[in-house]
Amino acid sequence: MWFLTHVWIIPAVMALSFLLILFFGKHMPKKGAEIGIAAMGVVFILALITAGQWINHSNTEVHGAGEAAEVAALANVDPSCAPAVEHANETVGTELSSDEASSGGEHGQAVTTAGTGESATAATKSAEGGEEGGEEHHPTQPVVRCMTWFESTGSHITIGTLVDGQSVILLVIVAIISLLVHIFSTDYVHGDRRYTHYFAFLSLFTASMLFFVLSQSLIQMIMGWELVGVCSFVLIGHWWEERPNSDAAMKAFLTNRVGDVGLLIGVIILFFAAGSTFSILDVNILAAEGGISHGLLLLASCCLITAVMSKSGQFILHTWLPDAMAGPTPVSALIHAATMVVAGIYMVARLYPVFFEGLSIAGSSVNVLSVVGAVTALFGAMLAFVQKDIKKVLAYSTVSQLGFMVTALGVGAWTAALFHLFTHAFFKACLFLGAGSMSHACHHSFNMVDDYGGLRHKMPRTFWTFLIATLALSGIFPLSGFWSKDEILAGTGSFPGTSGANGTYHLMLIMLLLAAFCTAAYMIRTIWYSFYGEYRGHGVPHESGPRITVPLMILATLGAIAGLANLPAEFGSFGLRFEHFVEPVGLYFPELSHAEFNVGLAIVSLAVGIGGLAVGYLYYWKGAFKPLHGLAERNTLARTGKTILENKYYFDWLYTTVIVGFVKGPLARATNWFNQNILDGIVNGVGKGAVGTGNWVYDNIDQTVVDGAVNGVGFTASESGGVLRRLQTGRIQQYAALFFAAAAILAGIFVIVIG
Amino acid sequence: MLLNQFLLLAAALFCIGVYGVIVRKNGVLVLMSIELILNAVNINLVAFATMSGLGGQVFALFVIAVAAAEVGVGLAIVLLIYRNRRSIDIDELHELKG
Repeated sequence: MWFLTHVWIIPAVMALSFLLILFFGKHMPKKGAEIGIAAMGVVFILALITAGQWINHSNTEVHGAGEAAEVAALANVDPSCAPAVEHANETVGTELSSDEASSGGEHGQAVTTAGTGESATAATKSAEGGEEGGEEHHPTQPVVRCMTWFESTGSHITIGTLVDGQSVILLVIVAIISLLVHIFSTDYVHGDRRYTHYFAFLSLFTASMLFFVLSQSLIQMIMGWELVGVCSFVLIGHWWEERPNSDAAMKAFLTNRVGDVGLLIGVIILFFAAGSTFSILDVNILAAEGGISHGLLLLASCCLITAVMSKSGQFILHTWLPDAMAGPTPVSALIHAATMVVAGIYMVARLYPVFFEGLSIAGSSVNVLSVVGAVTALFGAMLAFVQKDIKKVLAYSTVSQLGFMVTALGVGAWTAALFHLFTHAFFKACLFLGAGSMSHACHHSFNMVDDYGGLRHKMPRTFWTFLIATLALSGIFPLSGFWSKDEILAGTGSFPGTSGANGTYHLMLIMLLLAAFCTAAYMIRTIWYSFYGEYRGHGVPHESGPRITVPLMILATLGAIAGLANLPAEFGSFGLRFEHFVEPVGLYFPELSHAEFNVGLAIVSLAVGIGGLAVGYLYYWKGAFKPLHGLAERNTLARTGKTILENKYYFDWLYTTVIVGFVKGPLARATNWFNQNILDGIVNGVGKGAVGTGNWVYDNIDQTVVDGAVNGVGFTASESGGVLRRLQTGRIQQYAALFFAAAAILAGIFVIVIG
Repeated sequence: MLLNQFLLLAAALFCIGVYGVIVRKNGVLVLMSIELILNAVNINLVAFATMSGLGGQVFALFVIAVAAAEVGVGLAIVLLIYRNRRSIDIDELHELKG
């Protein structure tokens, strides 16, 4: 338990590493990289221990639940966590195990496990909800620890950690990917002009993401969200001397600002809807039990979807993500696999009751979230076909895969989304780092069409790892992508024979299958251009050093086997481990039903993946489909399609020319006219009126009355002074004479009056 | 009867003193005229003391003592004026003229 309650140490280590690198990095023998890697190593170990303790916690929770409930009544709750706990007491029955209460009581901090009480309602709910999967899904309380950050008009703004399966799995993903990226970077950006600065911001980036995934309150979540955004801005623009890089960073930042507004509004709506609380658990419990009206939840989830669209690169705010390739490749790997873009997915998953209830996901067949996801998955995948830049292919691939995750969340397949996030992190990081390795060998070019080719024999390690990751991404059995993608497809509940899904999303299934086909096809295209054919660049490419290839091999291995984490229920006690430990069960989470594994769908999904690979293989290797070669030059329709794809559906054109152009052109002119003629007219009128009044007052009141009075006083004083000064001769005897005379006169008067 | 004569003498002496203060140009003579004024008052005090106890005589002694001190200070001032200006003409001391 100790690590679960003290999990704040993990982001703190990375934040400390950031400061140390910033202040002392330049004087270290390895220019600060060793601090970052050491900190990452510590974080990695801590994350693993935390995960182990969480698994232990989940297992013991089942047996020890009865005893914990007895202690609950006696437990003394620190007031700083009061909003969450009191509420939970009223509505669901909180419990506190005694050791937690005693260990967390000091310094205004409270440790509590909330939200899944042993009260009668909770027990029945979990009994109903946990039937599928051949194993009863026992409630496991999240470990909450918080302290009051500040207090305003009675509402506590808390900051703390919320540890459950979801945050633990993200901790592990971020720790693994970030550690490998750190190691990779020592070779990749070796000798960079801002080497120390680079590692400092890698640390901060990791720290922000770890801080974000451990958020206990919505405010903390926004902070983490923005921190991640600003770090990605810094790292994308790492080589800011070149104009396109700084433009890309700016674009990423500004596009994200659009979504941030949505996040802010959504959080504000939730804050008021949940009765002035930012606590994620409280909001979730209220949303799940119907304490917030459906309309408000719908509004809040739509606002939050805007945030997801920008952060996780969903259509129509995805345009920044491919441009973000301007950053160093390890940063791209980190952004795409573990940090920046998964923040959006994580946010939806974290506030899932809001979306689940707000969008009425259960029993429906279409909703905003799933449409956004499916459109992104398909159209993002299609864009990857026309890219020459290998990193852009991978970027659109990420856009598309994030679309898969969002669709999964949209159709109620929560675990599938998180599981796909988990597997995708490994093989996508492997692909990006592999691309980095190739660029390292090919004079820092990313243009696979013009500068790569035939690298299979020159870079065997890169080739094999890249190939494994490609197959995993394409969803080939038994690699990880197969399992997670299949789970998402089953989650749509549309395939005949699938049971246990939350709704029937036919459209989503079709679009996702098409997207999966495209995924396999564009990846095989990438393999062809990079590793086969003749080498088209200059110089002699060579395999990269161990600091690059070892992370690749680790990631490829993980990408291959990660799917075993959530095998179907048919595997008995080896099945559904991921679901068991990661998916929350309790009142802060909606009752999801879980789609069961369907052999028919698995075969279809595998056939689609292999079909994509086969089509690509025949097209590129065997020169099959002769009429298709050069079709774009002959056929107007095909040419139009290609042009649209090459222009990325004209989204950038829409944003820069239409929207920005409108703002810059007619709108700016109209505003200028309005400003010049109306506003300035009013301002000038007021000004003229004021000047006129002022002049009148000056002439009539100031000059005559006020100045007259003042001058009059002065004149009187001056004139009387002029008269009186004659008396002031300076001759003492004269004074004395006057004095005596006055005294004599007064004495005379005195005598007369008295007498 | 007898008191009137003393009072007349004092009044005459006072007037001579005032005249001296107002008219004389020599600083030392002005001081001497002030002595005359003070002594005129002393005569008054002593004259009244014959009718109402010794208080008047005590006051006269006080006045003599204070006058001695006053002359000391006054003569010192006059001496300094002489040192600075080589003259003790009161009429020339009109720096306070307005």
